[in-house]
Amino acid sequence: MTEVELKVRPIKNGTVIDHIAGGQALNVLKILGISGTTDATVSVIMNVASDKLGKKDIVKVEDRELKEAEVNRIALIAPDATINIIRDYKVAEKHAVDLPDLIIGVVMCQNPSCISNSSEPIKSRMLVKVKNPVVLRCVYCEQPINEKIADYLI
Amino acid sequence: MFKKRHVLSMRDFSREEIDSVLDLAESLEPYARGKKSDMLSGKILALLFFEPSTRTRMSFETAMKRLGGGVINLGPAEGSSISKGESLADTVRVIGEYADAIVIRHPKEGSARLASEFSPVPVLNAGDGAGHHPTQTLLDLYTIKKESHLEDLSIALVGDLKYGRTVHSLAYALSLYGAEITLVSPPSLSMPEPIIADLSRKGTKVHETSDLSEIVNSIDVLYMTRIQRERFPDPLEYNKVARSYRITPEYLADVRKNLIIMHPLPRIDEIAPQVDATPHALYFKQSFYGVPVRMALLNMVMGGGND
Repeated sequence: MTEVELKVRPIKNGTVIDHIAGGQALNVLKILGISGTTDATVSVIMNVASDKLGKKDIVKVEDRELKEAEVNRIALIAPDATINIIRDYKVAEKHAVDLPDLIIGVVMCQNPSCISNSSEPIKSRMLVKVKNPVVLRCVYCEQPINEKIADYLI
Repeated sequence: MFKKRHVLSMRDFSREEIDSVLDLAESLEPYARGKKSDMLSGKILALLFFEPSTRTRMSFETAMKRLGGGVINLGPAEGSSISKGESLADTVRVIGEYADAIVIRHPKEGSARLASEFSPVPVLNAGDGAGHHPTQTLLDLYTIKKESHLEDLSIALVGDLKYGRTVHSLAYALSLYGAEITLVSPPSLSMPEPIIADLSRKGTKVHETSDLSEIVNSIDVLYMTRIQRERFPDPLEYNKVARSYRITPEYLADVRKNLIIMHPLPRIDEIAPQVDATPHALYFKQSFYGVPVRMALLNMVMGGGND
């Protein structure tokens, strides 16, 4: 067991999201819909030294196995993240995140003149043009989005 | 190929599809000039213009009537359901039940695509804010095909390349034909970098300059656009730029014999009226070509044409 993992005790059952780019852990929680009022036991470790990323964050969610569709959205802000499903203290499944080709209702369009930023009965829709580093394109106004994605999470 | 489909952005068109629109437009030209037709008899086209427009609205109306169909118009927005706060989604759902196709111009980008998601009938985008205006691009391509050539074309796009939606769509479409494109603008109005990168990725030869005289004698098409005064905080700067791209008969002394000059109109000072009498002036004909091109599109989406 490495020193990093010892900073927070291992979890018995649940999901560990590793290799989140340093500083993005709270945005990962936002994408997962985990707010301050959650009942789940959540551990957040930020800015741990990482060979691959320089600094990384880790999120552990106990007693909840995150679904693939949920975790794939994490790739928007943490394309290198890995997902570990833990059962009885053991890693039962491990996989990388993979953005879907279309993301619905997660990221607002950055173009203030886009119809998706009005009161019309639609959800934002973003085509994923490049996965790492992420480049999105709004289905409605077709404007590309490649920076500050975390600031536009819905 | 087109029946019941929407016309929203040039990105939705392959080169083959563009060619089929242009071919059909050519065969409809006699009807655009007045030959009687009942191809769309009994059909109704709804014109939803949430922004002012003269030639686009009237050329759609002309195209529909020349094909024997009828037109319904959204009146002034005041007094209508829109002023009561109705969503665009609801408006097109309702109007789509009255008409066989909807033409929409709206100030918000992406509005035509939104309309297409809610409309029970085909939607044609007649300009969505700074976004797309595909029927303008198609009539530009038709003009180039008829009056010059689409293959191995050397074209200069001149003026406001930053905000001008027509030049963005046109540059994209020309890239499908392998054109050599020179972008001529003052540095403050140059074409956005992502669009240039997209053109280069498609293998299009793109040059940029602010000096039109460098290249005016070695091109086939000179595509002028209006530089809007309100883009310049300093009127002196505006005057300087506006003067630098003013086409006069003298300016054209050494151009290629078959150079054509195009302009989406309205023009202000960028083309002197004396140029109108030269064989290079194609902009009024270009404006007329909007009718057969829109006839082709209406015919394709509402019935008669190429399935």
